[in-house]
Amino acid sequence: MTNNVKPVDDAVGSARVQTTTIKIAGIDLELFEAGQGPPLLWLHGGQGFHRNQEFVEPFAARRRLIVPSHPGFGKSSLPDWLDSPDDIAHVYLELLDRLDLDAVDLVGCSIGGWIAAELASKAPARVRRLVMVGPVGVKVGPADRLDIPDMFAMSQDDLSKLLFHDPARMKPDIARMSEEELTIMLRNRETLALLSWEPWMHNPKLKHRLHRIAAPALFVRGDSDGLVSADYLQGYARLLPNARTATIAAAGHAPHLEQPQAFAALALAFLDDQGAAGTAARRKQA
Amino acid sequence: MRAWHFSETAYPYLPPADSYPSIRVSLPNRIYDPHKGAALYDRYIDEWLIAEDEGVEIMLNEHHQTATCVDPAAPLMLAALARLSKKARLLILGNPIANRRQPVRVAEEMAMIDVLSHGRLEAGFVRGVPYEILPANSNPVRMNERHWEALDLIVKAWTHRDGPFSHEGRFFHHRAINIWPRPYQQPHPPVWVSTTSPGGAAQVGAHGYVQATFLTGFDATRKVYDGYRRGWREAGRGHDVPIDRLAYAALVYVAQSEREAHAGAEKLLWYITSNKVPPHFANPPGYVPVAANVQILRGAENPLSAFGKRASVEGAIEAGIMFAGTPDQVMAQIKKHYDYVGGFGHLLIMGQAGFLEHEETVVGIRTFAREVYPRLKELYPDTLMSGVAAGATAAAS
Repeated sequence: MTNNVKPVDDAVGSARVQTTTIKIAGIDLELFEAGQGPPLLWLHGGQGFHRNQEFVEPFAARRRLIVPSHPGFGKSSLPDWLDSPDDIAHVYLELLDRLDLDAVDLVGCSIGGWIAAELASKAPARVRRLVMVGPVGVKVGPADRLDIPDMFAMSQDDLSKLLFHDPARMKPDIARMSEEELTIMLRNRETLALLSWEPWMHNPKLKHRLHRIAAPALFVRGDSDGLVSADYLQGYARLLPNARTATIAAAGHAPHLEQPQAFAALALAFLDDQGAAGTAARRKQA
Repeated sequence: MRAWHFSETAYPYLPPADSYPSIRVSLPNRIYDPHKGAALYDRYIDEWLIAEDEGVEIMLNEHHQTATCVDPAAPLMLAALARLSKKARLLILGNPIANRRQPVRVAEEMAMIDVLSHGRLEAGFVRGVPYEILPANSNPVRMNERHWEALDLIVKAWTHRDGPFSHEGRFFHHRAINIWPRPYQQPHPPVWVSTTSPGGAAQVGAHGYVQATFLTGFDATRKVYDGYRRGWREAGRGHDVPIDRLAYAALVYVAQSEREAHAGAEKLLWYITSNKVPPHFANPPGYVPVAANVQILRGAENPLSAFGKRASVEGAIEAGIMFAGTPDQVMAQIKKHYDYVGGFGHLLIMGQAGFLEHEETVVGIRTFAREVYPRLKELYPDTLMSGVAAGATAAAS
């Protein structure tokens, strides 16, 4: 199945992260896997995935964590024809086929949330439970105001303040980064622009498809998130029939990076919750 | 050698620069007074027509949401000039086709101006500076690919005579293209493309279009021209590249005395010093390659923005982005530049900027046209080839 794979093992705390490359639709897709258990497909945000990120360990302790680098991110190639999260959702449906996975838990962060919503709306049966972390992808507010601030029309310092609760601790330390790390960071940014430029950070069709996602869904944001507002998160969650929202304190747009233990506890509790009743009781009313 | 008077039709009446973060994209248009703007249009058009009277050709360009160039629909200005002028060639440099949604509409606009002017159009196409991205809401990624698909489609629309044809490309889709009018010039108006990279220039050279480069000084200009000459030769166009395929844009001010010339040149520097733009407008993701952005993060600086911080007339002349002084001095400066870069056949003269007043602008145009231009035409006839050894042109003088 993955015969063009060159595994690389890295120990991350107690979790071993295996890196492979898998060819999907002509794309060389960088794929990380860690842990054992029910499969969880993790769709990273605009800053990409790094196997040293702290949330990997608690998730890998309970799940088979599967993290592709989106096309054009990390070391995944970017074909000429690909220019939208919708395109990537199709790639990941094929990835699930190739990995022989019928249904997975799905976590999507920021633009990864957008891809997750596209994927789940196309094939609702393949998503067991859905966690959306600071997700983008729909337009819920008025036409004369951006739902998501234009992160490309501001300084990096101003952007850091929107991205993080504690920018001084979280923002990348350029001076300490290698040439390869810088190249990946800047290429990620370029691909993010390609995918999100117009319409800005959303697919106008997506909101008319989300009602198909019957799986229990948890929409999470950090309470200091300056990109995804509480109103936006609520408005997005209301488009799904079985979604609720939650907030993580002392975290910004990436609570899984800024508060990895608190985020893992919240998300894993939701994913492990076998009863539909508990979810329904707390579910946001549409 | 052919000279062109180029004006950005700037609106210079601005509050102190420290009161706004950017002169482009976000500067509120309440600052723009339409009455003053109307008077400025009158004046700048007069200056183009004076240049025409002096035998100099006309050039304009297009920018958006900026006080530096209040010409957001250059084809409109060009249409006016097509009727007001009588003999000058009319160069638009250019149409930002990577930011225009309908290349076929651009083909129509250009064909119409060519007919209105009885065949005087020189049709330029530019990728557009990075600050054009946001006003156009245009994706900065894959701009170059869009640019070339659009340009090829425009040329096809101009030259296709037999009723509708279709185009189903990567970026643009049309089922029935059949433009009226078709261009006056046959098979189509001369095509110009501006670029500042050697790789881009090689692509322009392969097509045989006129290559223009702006304020790139000595070394960068030579690299761009080398790229063009390489692309030209590799495409099988022969070894010799006529100088009329290459153009250079500089700030130019000529007057009888050095003191008067430098006073005018000082005002032209507004073109560079006023260009206050924050990095997030000046470098959107995807506009330059990832590798170049890595270097920028590592501290590399754009040479032109570095220059802007310590701009002086002497420094600008030294850098090869300005030709200013008495007629003799300007001749010597142009000759030095010409020899260094391997020769070019078009001098694009940024002859007005900021607070260079009408009378001063006219002095610059007339002194150049009467005392420099005839000597340039004699020294650099259009029959010369570019890229031959510097000694060949030195001997000609």
